[in-house]
Amino acid sequence: MTEKTITRAQLSEAVYQEVGLSRNESADLLEAVLDEIAGALATGDAVKISSFGSFSVRSKGQRIGRNPKTGEEVPITPRRVLVFRPSQLLKKKINDGMTAKRSGGK
Amino acid sequence: MTKSELIARLAEANPHLYQRDVERIVTTIFDEIASALARGDRVELRGFGAFSVKKRDPRTGRNPRTGETVSVEGKAVPFFKTGKQLREKLNVGGGS
Repeated sequence: MTEKTITRAQLSEAVYQEVGLSRNESADLLEAVLDEIAGALATGDAVKISSFGSFSVRSKGQRIGRNPKTGEEVPITPRRVLVFRPSQLLKKKINDGMTAKRSGGK
Repeated sequence: MTKSELIARLAEANPHLYQRDVERIVTTIFDEIASALARGDRVELRGFGAFSVKKRDPRTGRNPRTGETVSVEGKAVPFFKTGKQLREKLNVGGGS
C-alpha cells in the first residue's frame, strides 16, 4: 500500500497555493490555526469545525491502574483528555474514498 | 469555539488579512486533512496530534430491538491521537 504521511509542510503548501500568501506567512497562519484550537481546548472549550468534526475535552477522575509488566497497582491521577468526534460528512468522505480505491477508481 | 469564531479570532490577530482570506485558509487546512484521510493517508502535526484512518472489519451485528442478525459492512473510521505537547497543555497544573 502507498500510505503517505502528510505534515505541516504539505498543509502550508496547500494554503500557499490556494490563498496566495507567501510560503512563510502560509506556514505561520497554519501554526496560528493550530495554536488557536489548542488554546481554546486548554481552557476547556470545545472546538467545532462544521463538516469536519469536533474536539472536546473530557475530565477523567482518579482510578487505579496496573503496571502491565510488574502487575503492580498504581493510581492514575485525574486528567483531562481530548476527544475528537468526526462529522458525518468526514466519515462519509473517508468511506467513499475507500470504496473508490477498492473498485480500482483513483 | 466554532469554525466561524476561529476565523474571527484569527482575523482579529491578523488585521492585514481580509476576513475572506482567513476563511479560505481555515477551510483549505481542514479540506486538505479530509482529502488526505479519504486517500488513506495519515496527517501528522507534531505537538498537536495525528489523524489517521482505522479500518473496521465486516461483522455480523444484531438488531438490539428484534435480536435479528444483520451483516455490517467493513468500514473506515477517522481517528485522532492527541500529540504530546497538546496533552500536556490540557493538564497544566495537574489537571482538574
